Amino acid sequence: MTWSASEMMTVAAARALTDDDICFVGIGLPSAACNLARLTHAPRLTLVYESGTLETRPHVLPLSIGDGELYETALTTVSVPEMFQYWLQGGRITVGFLGGAQVDRFGNLNSTVIGDYAKPKVRLPGSGGATEISTSCRRIYIVMRHGPRSFVPKLDFLTSLGHGPTGRERRELGVTTEGPSLIVTDLCTMRPDQETKEFEVVTLHPGIDRQRVQEQTGWPIRFAAEIGETPPPTGDELAALRDLNERTARAHGVIAGD
Amino acid sequence: MAQLLPLSEAIARFVHSGDSVALEGFTHLIPFAAGHEIIRQQLTDLTLIRMTPDLIYDQMIGCGCARKLVFSWGGNPGVGSLHRLRDAVERGWPKPLEIEEHSHSAMAHAFAAGASGMPCAVFRGYQGSDLRRVNPRIKEVTCPFTGEVLTAVPALRPDVAVVHAQKADRAGNVLIAGIIGVQKEAVLAASCAIVTVEEIVDDLGSTGTNATVLPAWTVSAVALAPGGARPSYAHGYYGRDNVFYTEWDGIARDRETFTRWIDEHVRNREAVSP
Repeated sequence: MTWSASEMMTVAAARALTDDDICFVGIGLPSAACNLARLTHAPRLTLVYESGTLETRPHVLPLSIGDGELYETALTTVSVPEMFQYWLQGGRITVGFLGGAQVDRFGNLNSTVIGDYAKPKVRLPGSGGATEISTSCRRIYIVMRHGPRSFVPKLDFLTSLGHGPTGRERRELGVTTEGPSLIVTDLCTMRPDQETKEFEVVTLHPGIDRQRVQEQTGWPIRFAAEIGETPPPTGDELAALRDLNERTARAHGVIAGD
Repeated sequence: MAQLLPLSEAIARFVHSGDSVALEGFTHLIPFAAGHEIIRQQLTDLTLIRMTPDLIYDQMIGCGCARKLVFSWGGNPGVGSLHRLRDAVERGWPKPLEIEEHSHSAMAHAFAAGASGMPCAVFRGYQGSDLRRVNPRIKEVTCPFTGEVLTAVPALRPDVAVVHAQKADRAGNVLIAGIIGVQKEAVLAASCAIVTVEEIVDDLGSTGTNATVLPAWTVSAVALAPGGARPSYAHGYYGRDNVFYTEWDGIARDRETFTRWIDEHVRNREAVSP
């Protein structure tokens, strides 16, 4: 059986979620991973989108964060202020799933600008919910494609706090939630060192070697003392993901969620 | 008390160049018809407030309606960039655009504070974020009871709020169903509010007492605008035109293509008239 790097990434990210999680879902890669988890090993996983939909079970991946599909399949829908006040700030979310344009070795994320803020080379969409998702959820999983322009030694702009620019700021600011505890890419999975909070590679996806990961990372990447191989996607996982993507493409007339 | 007015008259009467205006609707019920009428009436120097600028503000910014944008996520959902917003920020076309940038949580709290008649919103946010560094209106405040250092942002109090809803009755009471976003807060926070609706009915029907209803006395004008949220959607009426959202990327990428599209689909068209 063969699979794409993108499919491996989505499957590996989905596996991190459990039936007990209440997950705040970002659009795109996170949305695909969260819904795949729900359709495979974690059918009781609770998904929450920032448009106010609580416990939603979309049949197809939404193109936007507020598609009608999310409302129609939700247990209930609340206003956006209520979502951010009672549900996110209230500490009721166990996992926030985020991506961004840039990530650094401590899991800090940039989704605001490339270049200088006042004179940006590229103006990105901005925070959306991410800035407070990153500090209010009990822990954060990050899913992003690996590349030297996205895995950078220094962010152009820190939109959402990971463990801080030196790995210490999160604790120093008194943020009590755990922060980023997993990064899944199309090459590997990474976890932070318990002391320094620097992310290190813990598993390589099948067919990927250390040199390839280093080439695609903008800083000298660390590898855990013992690294394993990410278990390849199972037939069931691939079938569920491909069904989901196919249904989604049919519904939107475009490809969503990758 | 709400007046039932044609859309063009509602905009002419309540929106003026230089105003701060919030056209709200979180993905759902985005008031495109009203935005297009603002473009047709050539209003300028507006401070546009909206959590997710979306295609409607991309169009208004590209037409030169805006002096300033207050926002928290400026992309084309699931597609990519808002090219007219980017062109204004990166290259000052058609005119420079001042931006005041927030997070969703901050704007949601700020709308709620505005609706509550408070001067500011206090919440737990922006911890460790560079947004604090670039937005001087993000401040700290210490809780007098616990000593916790919290974040404060000014309440949002737009001159005008504009929202789209499913229906209103003849008295001007408005029903909103589905993803309700911050519409209620935006209307209550603003000095005056225009609501466009899919239909005007004799009776809002059996909505249940917990339905999201804006009483007529919180609304300045109700204007009939069937299809007025397209290409976004109106739950119970029509779906989101995801294909158009994708096509917009190509239309908006180029100044000339964009201008041609606006001329054809907005400037040279009449407001949806009942």
